Amino acid sequence: MAGAPLAEHAPAAGHDEGHHDVRPVRKTAMWVFLGSECVFFGAMISTFLLYRSNTNGGIGSEIFDIPFTSASSFVLLMSSLTMVLAHGAYYGGDLRQARVWLAATALLGTTFLAGQIFEFSEFIHQGLTLTSSPFGSAFYMLTGFHGAHVAVGVLLLGSMFLLSLGGRLYDDRGLNVELVGLYWHFVDIVWIVIFTVVYLLQQP
Amino acid sequence: MRRRVRRGRCVYPACALALLGVILAGCSGSGPQSSLEPAGPSARDIDGLWRLVLVLATIVFVIVAAGMVVAMVRFRERPGDTREPKQLHGNTALEITWTIIPAVLLAIIAVPTLQQHFELRDEPDGPRLDVTVIGHQWWWEFTYPGLTDAEGAPLTTANELHLPAGQPVYLTMTSVDVIHSFWVPPLNGKRDVVPGRVTNLKLEADASVPSEDFGFGPGVILGQCAEFCGLAHADMRLRVFVHSPADFDAWVERQLAPAAEPTGTGPIATGYQTFELVCTACHQARVAGSGGVERLGQGVTVDVDGESFDAALAPDLTHFGSRTTFGGASFDATRDHLARWLANPSDLKPMAPERNDIAAGRILGMPNLGLTTDEIDGLVELLESWQ
Amino acid sequence: MALMADTQRTLSPGPRGVWGWLTTVDHKRIGLLYAVTAALFFFIGGVEALLVRMQLFQPNGEVLSSDAYNQLFTMHGLTMVFLVIMPIAAAFTNYFLPILVGARDVAFPRLNAFSYWLFLFSGLLVYSSFLVGGAPDGAWVGYAPLSTQLEEVVRMDFWTVGLQLLGVASIASSANFIATVFTMRAPGMTMLRMPVFVWMALVVAFLLIFSLPAVGIGLFQLFIDRNFGGLFYAAEAGADPLLWQHLFWVFGHPEVYVLILPAMGIVSEVLPVFSRKPLFGYPFIVFSGAAIGFIGFGVWSHHMFTSGMGPIAEAGFGVATMIIAVPTGVKIFNWIGTTWGGRIRFSTPMLFSLGFIAMFVIGGLSGVTHSVIPADTQQHDTYYVVAHFHYVLFGGAVFGYVAGVYYWFPKWTGRLLDESLGKLHFWLALIGFNLTFGPMHILGLNGQPRRTYRYGENLGWDFWNQIATIGAFIILVSFLVFAWNIISSHFLRRGRPAGRDPWDGRTLEWTIESPPPVHNFDEVPQVHALDEFWHRKYAEDDEGRAVRMPDVTGGAVTVETDSGGDGDAHGDIHMPSPSYYPALASAGLVTMGAGFVYLPWGWLAVGVGAVISMWAFFGWSLEPITREH
Repeated sequence: MAGAPLAEHAPAAGHDEGHHDVRPVRKTAMWVFLGSECVFFGAMISTFLLYRSNTNGGIGSEIFDIPFTSASSFVLLMSSLTMVLAHGAYYGGDLRQARVWLAATALLGTTFLAGQIFEFSEFIHQGLTLTSSPFGSAFYMLTGFHGAHVAVGVLLLGSMFLLSLGGRLYDDRGLNVELVGLYWHFVDIVWIVIFTVVYLLQQP
Repeated sequence: MRRRVRRGRCVYPACALALLGVILAGCSGSGPQSSLEPAGPSARDIDGLWRLVLVLATIVFVIVAAGMVVAMVRFRERPGDTREPKQLHGNTALEITWTIIPAVLLAIIAVPTLQQHFELRDEPDGPRLDVTVIGHQWWWEFTYPGLTDAEGAPLTTANELHLPAGQPVYLTMTSVDVIHSFWVPPLNGKRDVVPGRVTNLKLEADASVPSEDFGFGPGVILGQCAEFCGLAHADMRLRVFVHSPADFDAWVERQLAPAAEPTGTGPIATGYQTFELVCTACHQARVAGSGGVERLGQGVTVDVDGESFDAALAPDLTHFGSRTTFGGASFDATRDHLARWLANPSDLKPMAPERNDIAAGRILGMPNLGLTTDEIDGLVELLESWQ
Repeated sequence: MALMADTQRTLSPGPRGVWGWLTTVDHKRIGLLYAVTAALFFFIGGVEALLVRMQLFQPNGEVLSSDAYNQLFTMHGLTMVFLVIMPIAAAFTNYFLPILVGARDVAFPRLNAFSYWLFLFSGLLVYSSFLVGGAPDGAWVGYAPLSTQLEEVVRMDFWTVGLQLLGVASIASSANFIATVFTMRAPGMTMLRMPVFVWMALVVAFLLIFSLPAVGIGLFQLFIDRNFGGLFYAAEAGADPLLWQHLFWVFGHPEVYVLILPAMGIVSEVLPVFSRKPLFGYPFIVFSGAAIGFIGFGVWSHHMFTSGMGPIAEAGFGVATMIIAVPTGVKIFNWIGTTWGGRIRFSTPMLFSLGFIAMFVIGGLSGVTHSVIPADTQQHDTYYVVAHFHYVLFGGAVFGYVAGVYYWFPKWTGRLLDESLGKLHFWLALIGFNLTFGPMHILGLNGQPRRTYRYGENLGWDFWNQIATIGAFIILVSFLVFAWNIISSHFLRRGRPAGRDPWDGRTLEWTIESPPPVHNFDEVPQVHALDEFWHRKYAEDDEGRAVRMPDVTGGAVTVETDSGGDGDAHGDIHMPSPSYYPALASAGLVTMGAGFVYLPWGWLAVGVGAVISMWAFFGWSLEPITREH
């Protein structure tokens, strides 16, 4: 009886303890990070909802140009498609193709940013600023932080594009494309929420 | 060995009782600002609830502590004891039991809690006295909107709240700068005073406030700002004076009368000149002179959630002489204190007047006005005379 | 001893000296860095508390000015929460989480180093404020609009920026721990075979991941209000100051569990070892820990019962707060169940663990009184609350971490701490602690508000304030004893050599040398059970009593490995190479942070910091993890 548990503890067959597969490790971390980002944007969206009719007697949501922002939203959504294509090409081993799609994604992202800069300058021109009302503060913070996320994404995509040109390739490069892709899709999905909440939702 | 253990067991209940006694004794403390010495129905309800929870919590603590002590005594390693213990991994039935028992205890607490909670947060029924409370860094402004003088101006005072005993009072509160919290423990729990928001609190004082005299005079209850509000948070205190209804009416009548403009010459006239010239930049007063009642100084209007509140920049001084304290109810209104205050207010109370921006409504204390001794003497005379 | 020689050959300890520590990516070295830094900040935070207590010794105290007092209590809170308890928990987690799950390092060793350096530099940034015109003085909770009131005074910018950076460090290390637990466990180490400490560290990591971003947004808003004219908290423009309280406490309440859960984990490791019995109801303890974490996200507004939320919301949060007491109670009963029927050795780690339970019970029960909303309106923002959370965070968390230090010190240093000094430390700490914080319950109920730098006479508060101050100095003495114990045992080498397994431990860290080799395990262990190491040493007889197995003796148990110790099988252990990029990246970020404090001319520092950190991040991502030999 005393010896019974021994059998259970017999040495198991050898296993590969050398290199851990980095794929699940990094993907786990990226998902965790994106979970954190959800709260980050959630807090800003809550703030915006609290202040969306709080215009301090100034300009409110009537300033939005829905057709224009819809167009730039479409551009951003398309970039998710090109990102998928880039990832697919990497997986398929077609580096040239992947490079093209990476560049296309970065370009679409940049177009979206240009649209946002144009929109901001229009609004500021018309008198909606960070300091004009709680509505203005919440609007610029939410859309601005989203824009910053897009900019970081473009930077990452650009770096990957340059790295692929310079021939600095690692075994896990497909993984990096996948991780950047996860981030990029997340930023797109958040934009869908922001677009709905900020631009489309009717004032109470 | 066994006998020792058994004797130990008899000791535990005794210890437990002693502990309960100590805790209850310690908590029956007292003081002019104690929540354990209620002087009104709201605070008494809260106190009752607190005592119920205290008793339950003490029982739970005693049981848990007894369990620990028994385990420590019975199962301690003894010299020569080499037998290994039984490797017990758990007992589901037991564990479920001690999940359910606390849940039941909490449900027992939850029922009266919610009942009392909603009751305490209700507006008082029937006739009530309304008081508007404005929080300032670092003093309290009290206005009685229902008690107005001949000109229609409501009774306004600072830091000392006067109430008739036995009548429900309903406070409507807001702040002109940062968050404060109105707290008079013997009357009710605290409620924050928030800029941009209106909060309410009901108070009712007993006809007889604890007779014990703590050196603050009869019928006096102490309170204090309870939300950290900057430099002089500790000195943002208040006093509640509980009167009989008749005394309260007399007090109201005195307060609604204007102060008298001094005539002739002498220190008091110098004081009045200084007052008009310097003090009225922030302070207000209603003064009856040869040309009728004049309102000196001006206040501001604050709009909160569609409601308008008239607020002062600094305490109204019309009846300064009738108050027992000043400077956020932190200093006895003696001539000596007053003279020191007028010479340099920050010497008595920590403030930051160098950062005042009156135009922007930011007032962080009374600055050193560089008054001469004569001016100070005159002002002391004047303010003392404004009973 | 072939094993030893072999170990030496496969170690890659990296450069020694300051450079070695600055570039280390070894989770154990980083853990020690966290521990030492936390100890230094504990000393500073303690001195701040003593100054506060001296000021409050008698009515109208004149030791400190109001301004100094406000800085000191703000920094005391900020220090103890962010620079002491969180990092000491991070120290234990860093050092032991990988070992306890049978891994050689954390998932991202360089990210781990980055977290530490960012924590250290951010802490130094906040403390540098003392030298340049004053420390943050708006309380650690920084309620708006007080915290946004004086835009021209940069003190609260040190706080917004410092907390933001500390948050980034915590998010990075949490993601790291989660990835480690999910992907790097040794074969056979299923989730329900993980030690409770690992479970609690995992719950804490999730709490931080999902709570820190909320306060991060709030801090950005405060920063924008203070520096760019934002109107998030401008009541005169119609904004709502309560928004900050919500964002802060959505983080702040889970944060309380962040501080206490790792200590609960440590206690759950210590009790079975010194009772010589398995943890009573392991699954109950694990799941109640997870439940506390989960419910912890739904109770934040009990910090706001007096702020005027509306009676319905208050009622909801009150009930939720009562519910969270249930899983907490389960833990306490199960811990007592663990000692019941055992053979209890009262070594110092055990004393502190038992002290933890007793003090935490008091803190937990006074917490229940806060869920009784009407009672809370009396207790809120008084010394009663100060007493409550010190019973939870000092009598609770700190006692738990001190138990951890006594328990794991031999693993860190190879030497045991002195038991007599340890017992002296415990009794002084227990007495001093209760003298300091016990009376505060009474003070609070008798109406003394917290955060007040002085109080008048005749309020009935004098006596208990004096007792509290005396108690605080007894705590000081107790921790001086502790410091001497560490100095004498480790630095003067008077401590008894520990060997691998000084306590007859149950978990994997006791299977390896003290201190452990860089790669932790020569062979990654095969795990077959909860309390793996115990089951390798002990079987059970018919009665269910533990029986020492005949083939192992003493503490020096040979680790069961896959292929014996012949060396060839693990000749290919590649530990990550040292890297200076993590420290550089965090230095860059903190330079940016310092610049943000001093806008607008700080933009220069922001630019410089951005360039430095970009450089470091690129260098980091292009640098191979293990350099080829």
